[in-house]
Order: sequence, then C-alpha cells, then structure tokens
Amino acid sequence: MRGAGPCREAFSRRAALGHVTRLVNLWVGVTGALYGGPVIDFQHVSKEYPDGTKAVNNVELHLEKGACTVLVGSSGCGKTTLLRMINRMVDPTKGQVLVNGQDVATADPVKLRRDVGYVMQGSGLLPHRTVLQNIQTVPLLRGEPKDEALRRAKLQMKNVGLDASMGHRYPAQLSGGQQQRVGVARALAADPDILLMDEPFGAVDPLVRAELQAELARLQAELKKTIVFVTHDMDEALALGDRIVVLRAGGEIVQDATPAELVANPANDFVRTFLGMADGRRTLEVRSTPEGQVVTDRFGRPLGVVGQQEKPMEPGLPA
Amino acid sequence: MNYFSEAWTWLTDPLTWTGADALAARLTEHLLYTLLVIVVSALIAIPLGWWVGHTGRGRNAVVVLSGAARAIPSLGLVTLLALWMGLGLPAPIITLVVLAIPPLLAGAYSGIDAVPREVTDAARAQGMSEWQILMKVEVPLSLGLLMGGVRSAALQVVSTVMLAAYVGAGGLGRPLFLGLKTQDYAMMLGASILTVGLALVLDVVLSGIQRIVRPRGTAAL
Repeated sequence: MRGAGPCREAFSRRAALGHVTRLVNLWVGVTGALYGGPVIDFQHVSKEYPDGTKAVNNVELHLEKGACTVLVGSSGCGKTTLLRMINRMVDPTKGQVLVNGQDVATADPVKLRRDVGYVMQGSGLLPHRTVLQNIQTVPLLRGEPKDEALRRAKLQMKNVGLDASMGHRYPAQLSGGQQQRVGVARALAADPDILLMDEPFGAVDPLVRAELQAELARLQAELKKTIVFVTHDMDEALALGDRIVVLRAGGEIVQDATPAELVANPANDFVRTFLGMADGRRTLEVRSTPEGQVVTDRFGRPLGVVGQQEKPMEPGLPA
Repeated sequence: MNYFSEAWTWLTDPLTWTGADALAARLTEHLLYTLLVIVVSALIAIPLGWWVGHTGRGRNAVVVLSGAARAIPSLGLVTLLALWMGLGLPAPIITLVVLAIPPLLAGAYSGIDAVPREVTDAARAQGMSEWQILMKVEVPLSLGLLMGGVRSAALQVVSTVMLAAYVGAGGLGRPLFLGLKTQDYAMMLGASILTVGLALVLDVVLSGIQRIVRPRGTAAL
C-alpha cells in the first residue's frame, strides 16, 4: 500500500488511464450512434478473375450499423464474393472496403476474421470437435481464458435454442437445422459487431428454414448486430432484411431499397421477376367469401386471412 | 512338406536363438532397421505431403515422383549404392527410404486433400492462421489416411529389409542368404516365415494405432 489511501489509489496512473479510455469509448459510442455512419463501406469495388470473369463490378454500397442488409440475386451475381470481401476471404481487384472507417486491406486478415462473425451454408463445423468445442473456437483464438470461452459457448447454445445436452455431441450426430444453430452460436460466441451470413439456411428443409429465420429475427431484435446476409431466396430476403440489395450476374447492383420500397416499386423487370411479381404471386387481393374475408393471389388461390385485430404495421414488412 | 517341418524345427531350436549368430539379434536388427527407415522417410515425406496438401502446390510433381520412385528396382539400387558407398548400412537404408517415401507421401498428401474444402474454408473464416488450420484441422482429420500410408510403407520396408544382408548389414536377410548359399533350406525358409510373421504382427499393431488416431466424430473420413 505504501501509505497510499483509497482516494490516492483511485487516481493512480492506471486507473486514470482506464477512466480516460472509458470516456473516449463512451464518446466514440455516443457520436457513432448519433452520426449513425456506415459501418461497412464498399467504395467502387470490383473483382475480376485472371480469366476475365467479373464477379463484382464497381459496387458502391454503404451498410448501416445495427441493420440487417440482405444481398440477394441468382447464383453468379457476386453476392458471396461481396460478403467475403468484408473479412478478407476475398480481396477486391479494384476499390476499397472499409469497416468502421478502416480499409480492410490494411488489416491483418486473421485478426479481422476473429472480429467478424461468419456463418456459412452447410455449417462448416469442425467434424472432429464437439458442439461446445466448435462454439468456443473464436473466443479461444482470441486468447480468452478457457472458462470464459466455455461460459460464452454455453450462453450462446441457450441463445440459439440448443439444449445443453447437445454440447458434447459431434456435428455428424446433429440434424441439419441443429448444425446451422451451432454455426450461428459459433459466429456469435466472441460477441462480434458484424455478422456475415452466407446462405446460412440454404441447405435445410423449408419448415426448419422458417423456424431458423424466425429465431434469427428474434436474436437480431435483441442483439442489434450489423448483419450482412446473402441469399437467393426473395422470401427470405423480405423476411429478414431491413434493407435489400438486389444484384444481377456480373456483380452489379440493380436495386437497393427497403423491403416495402422494393415490393411497391421494383426498379425494373429483373427485380419484378425476381420478386415473383411477374407471375402475379405477390399481387394479392382480398375476397369476400361466405366463410369470411380471404386473401388470394391474382389467380384466386387463397393465401391467408385478413387479421381480425388492428395491428401496427411491422417496420420492414410490407402489408 | 518336410522343408516346412525342418524350418519349424530350426525355428524352435533354442540354439537358433542364442549363440554367436543368434536369430534374436537378427530379429532385433531387422526391427530396428525398419523403424529407422520409417522414421527417416516420415521426416522427409510427411512434412512435404502436408505442405503439398495444404497449399495444393506441387501436386503433379508429387504424383510423378512417387510413381517414378515406385518403379525403381530395390535390388538394383542397393547394389549400385553399395558399389558407390561400400558395404554396410547406408546403402540399404537409403534404398529403403526411397521405397518408403511414396506411400508415406501419398498418405500425408491424400489425408489433407480429403478434408472437405468447406471445413478448411470455415476454419479460415473463423480466424485461424494457416498454421492453425493445418495443425488443428487438417492434420487431425487426416491421421487415418496418414496411418494407412505408414502401414503400407512399413509392410514394404519390413519385407525388403532382407536386402540389408545382401550387402552385409545383417537383419533377417542374413539367415536367408546364408541358407541359400549353404543349401540349408530349413534356415532359409525359417527366416522367411519369421519375416512374414513379423510383417503380419506389425500390420495388426499399426491398424490398431490407425483406429486410435482417427478422431471421434469422423466415421466418414
């Protein structure tokens, strides 16, 4: 103690440094929230392969903090390439990708990837490691103590709706849906700000997919991560996106809009077809039948009923 | 059939196993040479195989080289090397290393190559360094196939260590060549039987190890 009182101690150099750091963090956080600037920034980004194939062509895209942006398009439209540029799994041939204002080209890719959550199609779990070991991967890579990594892993298992008894199973002993849940838990274990999801629910059956989508929407409402989500399924994009970016072959952005805007004003026939507007699937009508009011598509096929109670329209979900 | 019974008599005679030219000593030599050859060739082939498997570079060179190495006649090579380096251990050891490298290289390389691409891709995307991907993902998942390579290398080596005696370096080849020269076919056959038995025991032991090192949760690999 060397005679130093508690007061003196509180203002020791280390503590003072801690206070300053906390204040700076607070300030950055507050201004960041007020400013609400893009957290991921694509600046004139292109990716051309040696054989001349253009995967991404001059993309300009600014993704907001805490929002779920869905990149949608058919295969070969460069959506996965764009996603993988964020954690440097792919390097652009032209342009820059900024994350929190920093050009990722100047970042150490290994460290960058530990800071960014990544969920892929077909889970990509390590087959020789148990569920708990898989989820602990990133915290342990980041050098967290073992008990802390385990605590986080158990927490995430609960978060994604996995029973604790699954912890010691191997991936091959799980169903496809359970594997994807583990994949999401693994991506969240180190509590990253950014979550990249590359067709995460593409390989599971439609019922489980709907369940996982609902689960993700619930998680996102709680966690407010910056999510970049890649899919070729427009229904999935409409279900999850705060914002939808439609891409076409050759890696060009066709439309960048909120789900409601996209459905109300598709930019062109490509978007209209992609949405399924062209075949009348999304042009809905309310018809009165003896049984009550029924919502149908343009061909009169019933799709659902009109809600009985007045409900506030959910943001991002077109009526 | 009396050759076999004579061989058996020779093998079970306590005098065969003791004395100045004891079979026990030959057997120990034989095993030690086998072990030495496997260790030396593993030190060369396994890192090379892992590197090729991980980077995907030099794949064609490995295939061509292993094919060429398999085609080298061991007896010719050991004679050539013995003429150059003199009698003794170096010539047969080098010959056997050349023999053992192709299966080991194939085991190491194909083990890494068989790890699904999406698994290594996911490991990389989670933030593993290339070294960590190799050591924590590819190597554990490839141990089953690697041990397959070790088994086939060990089997070839243990039966070819016979050549050591051809240039005066001992092993179980010694009673075999001695029996051949002195027309003591019981001794020759006894030595052969012992070598075959040794090969079988070695393979059983290695297949046990192969089962143990294969990681849990990967029945398919």
